[in-house]
Amino acid sequence: MDGMSFSEFGSVLIMQGFNGLSYFSVLLLMALGLAIIFGQMGVINMAHGEFLTIGAYTTYLLSVLSSTYAPWFESYYFIAAIIVGFGVAFVIGYLVEWLMIRHLYKRPLDSLLATWGLSLIMQQTFRSTFGPKEVSATLPAWLMGSYSPKEGLDIPLNGLFVMALTLALTSAVAAIMFYSRWGLRVRATTQNRAMAGAVGIDTAKIDRLTFALGCGIAGVAGAAFTTIGSTGPTSGSLYIVDTFLVVVFGGAQSLLGTIASAFSIAQTNSTLEFFMTGSIAKVITLATIIGILLLRPEGLFRLRVRK
Amino acid sequence: MKPTVLNAPSNLRAISRSLRTLLFGVMASVPLLVNAGTTTAEVNTTGLAVTDSVVKVGQLHSATGTMAISETGSIQAERLAIDQINEMGGILGRKIEIIQEDGASDWPTFAEKARKLLVNDKVAAVFGCWTSASRKAVLPVFEKENGMLYYPTFYEGLEQSKNVIYTGQEATQQIIAGLDWLAKTKGAKKFYLVGSDYIWPRTSNKIARKHIENVLKGEVVGEDYFPLGHTQFGSLINKIKLKKPDAVYSIIVGGSNVAWWKQLKAAGVTSDKQTILTISVTEDEILGIGGENMVGFYAAMKYFQSLDNDNNKKFVAAFKAKYGDKAVIGDVTQAAYLGPWLWKAAVEKAGSFDIDKIAAASPGIELKTAPEGYVKVHENHHLWSKLRIGEALADGQYKVIYESDLIEPNPVPKGYQ
Amino acid sequence: MNIITPSTASAAGAPAWRAWIPLAALALFILAVLPLCLDLFRLNLVGKYLTYAFVAIGLVLCWGYGGILSLGQGVFFGLGGYAMAMFLKLEASDPESTKIQSTPGIPDFMDWNQITALPALWEPFHSLAFTLLAIVLVPGLMAFVIGVAMFKRRVGGVYFAIMTQAFAAMLSILIIGQQGYTGGVNGITDLKTLNGWDIRTDHAKYVLYFLNAGLLLASVALGQVLLKTKFGKLLLALRDKEERVRFSGYDVAAFKVFIFTLAAVLSAVGGAMFTLQVGFMSPSFVGIVPSIEMVIFTAVGGRLSLVGAVYGSLAVNFGKSYFSESFPQLWLFLMGGLFIAVVMLFPNGLAGLADSVRGAWQKWQARKAGQMTARGAPRTPAPPEDEPAAPTALRVKGGAA
Repeated sequence: MDGMSFSEFGSVLIMQGFNGLSYFSVLLLMALGLAIIFGQMGVINMAHGEFLTIGAYTTYLLSVLSSTYAPWFESYYFIAAIIVGFGVAFVIGYLVEWLMIRHLYKRPLDSLLATWGLSLIMQQTFRSTFGPKEVSATLPAWLMGSYSPKEGLDIPLNGLFVMALTLALTSAVAAIMFYSRWGLRVRATTQNRAMAGAVGIDTAKIDRLTFALGCGIAGVAGAAFTTIGSTGPTSGSLYIVDTFLVVVFGGAQSLLGTIASAFSIAQTNSTLEFFMTGSIAKVITLATIIGILLLRPEGLFRLRVRK
Repeated sequence: MKPTVLNAPSNLRAISRSLRTLLFGVMASVPLLVNAGTTTAEVNTTGLAVTDSVVKVGQLHSATGTMAISETGSIQAERLAIDQINEMGGILGRKIEIIQEDGASDWPTFAEKARKLLVNDKVAAVFGCWTSASRKAVLPVFEKENGMLYYPTFYEGLEQSKNVIYTGQEATQQIIAGLDWLAKTKGAKKFYLVGSDYIWPRTSNKIARKHIENVLKGEVVGEDYFPLGHTQFGSLINKIKLKKPDAVYSIIVGGSNVAWWKQLKAAGVTSDKQTILTISVTEDEILGIGGENMVGFYAAMKYFQSLDNDNNKKFVAAFKAKYGDKAVIGDVTQAAYLGPWLWKAAVEKAGSFDIDKIAAASPGIELKTAPEGYVKVHENHHLWSKLRIGEALADGQYKVIYESDLIEPNPVPKGYQ
Repeated sequence: MNIITPSTASAAGAPAWRAWIPLAALALFILAVLPLCLDLFRLNLVGKYLTYAFVAIGLVLCWGYGGILSLGQGVFFGLGGYAMAMFLKLEASDPESTKIQSTPGIPDFMDWNQITALPALWEPFHSLAFTLLAIVLVPGLMAFVIGVAMFKRRVGGVYFAIMTQAFAAMLSILIIGQQGYTGGVNGITDLKTLNGWDIRTDHAKYVLYFLNAGLLLASVALGQVLLKTKFGKLLLALRDKEERVRFSGYDVAAFKVFIFTLAAVLSAVGGAMFTLQVGFMSPSFVGIVPSIEMVIFTAVGGRLSLVGAVYGSLAVNFGKSYFSESFPQLWLFLMGGLFIAVVMLFPNGLAGLADSVRGAWQKWQARKAGQMTARGAPRTPAPPEDEPAAPTALRVKGGAA
């Protein structure tokens, strides 16, 4: 480390801190949709990764469309992509709930298997539609590169963007869940379905909207991840393992647990990565998670897991 | 497109054989004559799927699963070559028929399908596999059932088999000349090695480290590996910024590739600030990465789509005519294209479809029509080939800025173990 | 195919031996019919599929009867397979055949990864006896530890399922990452002999097929005996009303740990047989995807039928192999569709289907018999004792059979 001045070292330290936070937002954004669906409905959506991919392909399509037909739109299309990605995933999620999930509420294990089947079908649909090769959406200029307040200090713009998006989305979800009437109904349904039905809540509708909302958030995450990752038929599977880890480790049914779990996994991994090679860092992180889960299988935060 | 055979055999029988094969080489475009001269019983003594008019070959790649992204190009190139050969009259007057199997990105499935192709279909040759894992899975099958595999990918070496022709480069061919170039033109002394965590990047970096330390008298300031499919490279980028190497040597693959280059760009690491040489990003990968994220970085391979020679122009035109204007061709795609042509040359040289005769006839075969220019099969079943350095452009193509001499393949290097 | 067993055993009052007819039919099918009808290549494939059936019958016990869905059975399959592969690899890596390596006498992939001495973990796998013990004990112990950790704290249902999945993901990342010790993503390949006996010859393939089939039939028989005991009844009871069993004074967690461990051991035996028959082991079995595929074999066969699970494994794999040969682009659609259809339309799989057919047949027979005896008389409703041949009752019986 010869020739490394103190201020350069400070810059790297800042960037490393940012990196941990940015990884945290990515994990949280990935897991948010899954955590909502599982937390509120007890259903595991194995096709979660494919809903991410829907968002990613939506972004790609809009990017192609805008560069061909509306070049003036190119620097804004990304915002539209996030909204449209949410919409497409929401609608597909709504249909999936209506056609499949609602028939399986009494059999949560079976809904898990059925959504796995769905994920296979969706993957092959992407492959048949967009081809097996990866595609790339052109990012608008304001998302490219870095914010560099001084020499040697670079804060990735896409990282900042993902972070802001995660913050906004998580707050929105928390606000909806805890402060809106709809959220009240969702929580009531979660706690006592029969009683909620008895006081006039349309629980079937609540379920459908909750599921669709979870899928929609996955779509947003997918759109946002085109800035940092790949878009291909199996891109969703790159994230799915981490997503499950976050949800399981967090304690599955609590939003707070998911946040805490994403934060601790991200910080552990990114710090370890700095001091050792990436694959060893991953192994140590995983081994720690296994250890903690064996001692505390209900995860960090526990809510109604004990049956 | 007529492969010529230049081999100097030492005894009479071999001379008569090579005369015969020379004759076949000449007559390849006159199928009827050839057919009249050779009965199927003569050219096929081991019961392969060869009739008087048709020879069956297998194609074994992943059409589904995570590897379909990479293997699609190879599937297309092999089909193109086989179509072209058929248009010219086939091999020894026989049309080639393809039996395609899907390895589904799953190594045990590759082994199962390889056995099916060899045992049930008795194919005369197989063009296929992409990852080292799939090759390792099928290798015992090919050796036991005595099949012939044409393997297109650049790979780690440490292997040579009578039953495989390796049409891509092995590690030393791809690495040493590239590092020399870095040292000479960029004055690089301090290197940072990064890779995905599996056999090819590990072995390649092992060779690179030995060469840097022993030959270039440089220094490796960091060496990092990440699990396949890893998507977060922020920490690595910070470490690189801290160590300030003269050059980063990158062997990240698959889905990770996109994340790696996009995050480099986002972290302000551009080509004017940091020299990066990769051996794992072909034009195919740039489709997913986006040309704007790669501009100015270097890749070391034997082939780039922009190569300026007549063979390549014809090849690119034919490829685009068949698969559309937007199709891109990477190094492996070109290597896959060589497979059927090398097989054709070997069969014609041997005057037989028998695996043993092809294996024996292959060394010394030259292909002057190869898009990459000129290749020649070595005794160890790898190809003599050149190494080129390409500089990435915003449109997803490479500009070739350096070309080495022909490099001898050396899959089991002594000093680099 | 012999999916519908020709048994006409009636649901009630059948002699005990009748329960064994489906198993006997299965034995006939895989020991005689298949070897006589198929060439060695296809038979070897069947042998491979039958190794998955070990996992499937384990899942029938712990999922169908115990209500514990594990999505990480690939872990145990893989551990068994890796233990076997380590032994075979050491035997294949004698100093003579590895003399071109920097360090002769160690497996080739270790040499490629700059390892210069055999790791301590590998040492005991020079012994066949140790290996055989390890195949059973290592996965068993691991399942026991996981089981105790989870079930003692009453973790179950979907949460347990995704937990096992997380374990599968972690273990596969561990194996792929530690390639110097495990062969990494390539797995352990190029296995040749077992105590000097070449496992690649045609003769060996036949021997291994029958060994595998015999072990599988023995496992099915073991499962049947187990389900006939009081333990089997309790298992069913705790799946349906766990609280009541607990309040009756039974240690529910202990039962669950036992059945989960048993399923793990069965899977491991399957994994070891896989390695022997296919000649290599790969981390691709340990991950999430194969683990879930194995659940679908069970679901297709019928989650309550041990015999059905074997047919399910065969049917799905043959389907997969056929479709990926004939319609490579379509098979993922079909596979996904199969998942959804089985879960939504035929939750009891082939065995359930067979039982409904059998039930309908009996009803029809009874009706015909009634018509015969009372010719011309107005059609009488089926006798009431026939009605309880209701799906649930029959399915349970059919499952145990």
